[in-house]
Amino acid sequence: MATQPQPRPDEHALIERIRAGDSEAFYDLIRPHERAIYVTAYSILQDPSEAEDVAQETVLKAFRNLHQFRGDARFGTWLVTIAVNESRMRLRSRQRVRLESLDAAVPDDPDYVPIQLRDWREIPSQTLERQELREALTRALAALNDKYREVLVLRDVQLLSVAETAQILGITPGNVKVRLLRARLQMRDRLVTELGGWHLKRKGK
Amino acid sequence: MEVSCHEIWREISNYLDNDVDPRLRERMEQHFAHCRHCAALLDSTHNVLVLIGDNRAFALPADFSKRLYAKFAAHLASNR
Repeated sequence: MATQPQPRPDEHALIERIRAGDSEAFYDLIRPHERAIYVTAYSILQDPSEAEDVAQETVLKAFRNLHQFRGDARFGTWLVTIAVNESRMRLRSRQRVRLESLDAAVPDDPDYVPIQLRDWREIPSQTLERQELREALTRALAALNDKYREVLVLRDVQLLSVAETAQILGITPGNVKVRLLRARLQMRDRLVTELGGWHLKRKGK
Repeated sequence: MEVSCHEIWREISNYLDNDVDPRLRERMEQHFAHCRHCAALLDSTHNVLVLIGDNRAFALPADFSKRLYAKFAAHLASNR
């Protein structure tokens, strides 16, 4: 269901200009991707200020290493790969231990049963204007295990393909799909629990 | 043969990505038609994907771009 963003036709031309010495053109090259870089870093680090540091580092690194970009991947994918690697490096140096208790039951667990709900079918996208919903999404994302969160963000937030996600994370496409299933169902279970009642109330039922 | 609820839960992510073979897809659709629980699971999971794929779901910090490009400009200036 994820639609692929269209390739940007002028990206190649911009890269050529930068390689020829027009450093200012780098702003135009980066601008469409700045959000993807930040959200990727944030999803891995769960810390806005560290994510911003990584975004800045990613941009500088991309500029310094632009000669290594071969154009066989999309430029955005290449940037996100740098952001993933930078974020993981920081995560390792932080040696943070995630509480396994946060990791909910997963669907290959024989006891897994999705949380029941009667009616949570209509979520108008205007509800995203509500701070409450955005915070609930952030909390649900934060509660995911790192390896599930990475896959979910690349596939369902950045809308990258299974193949691109696999390439960036260094795992097989099959692994992407397995992790994605768990990530999506855990997100859904958490949001149903947190928002289901709220949304039904708002609908005046 | 009809699929079980467990099979639905295993394949729902692939179903949403249109990544199941047509026969399984048809059997899953038959299941959704009469299992309210799995139909609700499908709708709500789809809704979650719509929400998190929306650009407004995860906001950039205020003045993020400004700081990003200031840093880059400083880098350029220091290398001139």
